[in-house]
Amino acid sequence: MAWTKKVMRVNLTEGTISEEPLNMEWANQYLGQRGLATRYLVEEIDPKCDPLGPENKMIMTTGPLTGTMASTGGRYSVVTKGPLTGAIACSNSGGFMGNEIKNAGWDMIIFEGKSPKPVYLYVENEKAELLPADDLWGKSVWEADEMIHKKHQDPLIRIAVVGRAAETGCLYAGIINDLHRAAGRSGVGTVMASKNLKAVAVRGTRGVGNIKDPAAFIKATNEGKKVLSENAVTGEGLPALGTQVLMNVINEVGAMPTRNMRDVQFEGSSRISGEAMKEPRPGDGRPNLTTNAACFGCTIACGRISTIDQGHFTVENKPEYWGASGGLEYEAAWALGSDCGVDDLDALTYANFLCNEDGYDPISFGSTLAAAMEMYEMGVITKEHTHGVDFSFGSAEALAKAAEWVSKGEGFGKDLALGSKRLCEKYGHPELSMTVKGLEFPAYDPRGIQGMGLAYATSNRGACHLRGYTVASEILGIPEKTDPLVTEGKADLVKAFQDATAAVDSTGLCVFTTFAWTLEDISPQVDAACEGDWSVEKMLEVGERIWNMERDFNMAAGLTGKDDYLPKRLLKDAAKTGPATGKVNNLGEMLPRYYEVRGWTTDGVPTRETRERLGLNPDGIGV
Amino acid sequence: MLRSLQIEPEKCTGCLQCEMACSYQAEGVFNPAKSRIKIFTFHEEGRFVPYTCTQCSEAWCMHACPVEAIVINEATGAKEVRADVCVGCKVCTIACPFGTVNYDQDSKVVYKCDLCGGDPECAKACPTQAITYVDANHTGLDRMRAHAAKNLPGASASA
Ligand code: SF4
Ligand code: SF4
Repeated sequence: MAWTKKVMRVNLTEGTISEEPLNMEWANQYLGQRGLATRYLVEEIDPKCDPLGPENKMIMTTGPLTGTMASTGGRYSVVTKGPLTGAIACSNSGGFMGNEIKNAGWDMIIFEGKSPKPVYLYVENEKAELLPADDLWGKSVWEADEMIHKKHQDPLIRIAVVGRAAETGCLYAGIINDLHRAAGRSGVGTVMASKNLKAVAVRGTRGVGNIKDPAAFIKATNEGKKVLSENAVTGEGLPALGTQVLMNVINEVGAMPTRNMRDVQFEGSSRISGEAMKEPRPGDGRPNLTTNAACFGCTIACGRISTIDQGHFTVENKPEYWGASGGLEYEAAWALGSDCGVDDLDALTYANFLCNEDGYDPISFGSTLAAAMEMYEMGVITKEHTHGVDFSFGSAEALAKAAEWVSKGEGFGKDLALGSKRLCEKYGHPELSMTVKGLEFPAYDPRGIQGMGLAYATSNRGACHLRGYTVASEILGIPEKTDPLVTEGKADLVKAFQDATAAVDSTGLCVFTTFAWTLEDISPQVDAACEGDWSVEKMLEVGERIWNMERDFNMAAGLTGKDDYLPKRLLKDAAKTGPATGKVNNLGEMLPRYYEVRGWTTDGVPTRETRERLGLNPDGIGV
Repeated sequence: MLRSLQIEPEKCTGCLQCEMACSYQAEGVFNPAKSRIKIFTFHEEGRFVPYTCTQCSEAWCMHACPVEAIVINEATGAKEVRADVCVGCKVCTIACPFGTVNYDQDSKVVYKCDLCGGDPECAKACPTQAITYVDANHTGLDRMRAHAAKNLPGASASA
């Protein structure tokens, strides 16, 4: 068990809320969270629908281990059709929201339609109601969070909110819970705002039980925790330096995308690294990092809580930014930093605070700004566009201003809110957009890590590191070391990572555990909690099924194998420095083999046999 | 030897494993809302502070109770609530200066930390040793040792 077996359905058009039993046949095939919610979405929406229209649905979903004592078991995901890509979107968040939904007695909440007026959903265990949000609309995430807590006079409510970026149509807006944890990527916040849904506020006091074999579960989760604490990455690196432990490592191997991916190493990386966050700064003598912090149930605690120097130009005379808040993760530090050529740590932290305060993805934002900076240097974008601000690479001022504009949807911020693909098209240089399927790249240059090129090209939600993190194998040697500069064997590696990750994303656990855990560690925990068989083999099969279902959704939405590409820059312009000097990404050497190991046609469509083997509709979706 | 819960807030990451362990032990479900130990987050300061009953020697709650529902467990020193005797008058929740006795709407009686009968689950679950269960006479030992070590550069005391 471990599922609550209850689904809440919220029809925003009608303003009605109903309860239905969880489809347990699907739970047995798709486990929970990412897989199970995608199964619901596929059943319920037309893949061709307008992502920002009322026909799209948005599902907030937990996994069976969400809310339990399994380490990191507090996650939830938001599954919908994404506005940047027109493909399946699934964003995962930590903090304390997933466990609260589960504690209130719900596995998932399905939002459909569009409310005629701004509303928020308030859930107190079995009781749920849509309340007016006219006063919350136009407010930042941080303001809305405070107002909702005050209104209900309950400091223990957990809240997920969209900010002004989402309201003003920023295409990469996320949903922020607990002030600084985010379902950040692929524009799920934009979808939420398009439904006039400002927030979801939950208070759950029922507890999570229904564990199949409690004794076995406690044993398995304790063993899992031991593995995490004894592992060098999850036991030392992540608690000490956060995901920022990667900054210097990735720069050294020559896979640090820099200045809109023109370069693969950033000369300023040591100034924006996890180590730098711990150094006392010249201004106030204090380090940027205040403490590390855990999400619900997490024994790793990779989260960063940072404070900006009060004398820093970004926050001078702005006491509202002087307190501690969510600090830089590696992805944010990379996108706001090296991709824009900026090495001012506090400026990056400020931009990151704004991304949290108004709810948008720092990866997509940083990458879009980097493209704008490149076009500025080419003279395509000028000071007339940028309100007189110098947008050259390296400008901390440009970074701070750009974030302020995107936060409020003002001026040039409106262009930046389009995302890199649409911005570059608008200014006539689509080749400068570092995106796949419309989603901006994360922090690993695929010229220096070949497998990641294939992972990006084939990722179902666009360029993403969290769909198949072969960096683990190619750079860190987890579970075993492969050569990052060769393409041989990478098709199989990418498939294995993609399938395993799809399964992990369906449990309620954090994917960062997989620096230490394999499915051998995870399956006993799931198996002890959930009815049915959850062996490693079953989990892998579930993962592969999810991957193919997402692929079929994308095919039905109108994507094809042609969308499995990389920008020309990564295929034609060789890396200029570092161990990958002279290398481009050789996607063409990997893609045909990948289609083959996937059991897809040479055009990248799952074959009837593959679908049948996985228990999917042999004709695909929507046929 | 009596033991006490020793709490070192600077080690706490706010993960709530302790709250889950506590509620699971007491209620059979993972339910931070029913935990006897609570973690307080001071967001602007970036601090997490675990807080629970200190098991006062002269316990206010125990003295305040009109029906003697709160009793001392001689083996552990814990002040325990006898749920079958408690009438839910809540006087103890007012008497406790620290707020660590609370009323439960579902069971209609009060609940508080009872040191799990001498093997506290929160201390076992805490991944950072922010909660430990130590000799009640020497909860200051670690801090004494740390200060002693400051005067001895390079030494790691083994007291
Ligand atoms: S590893 Fe980091 S992101 Fe994952 S649950 Fe733990 S604190 Fe949260
Ligand atoms: S288990 Fe330990 S680290 Fe986690 S919240 Fe409790 S006291 Fe803090």
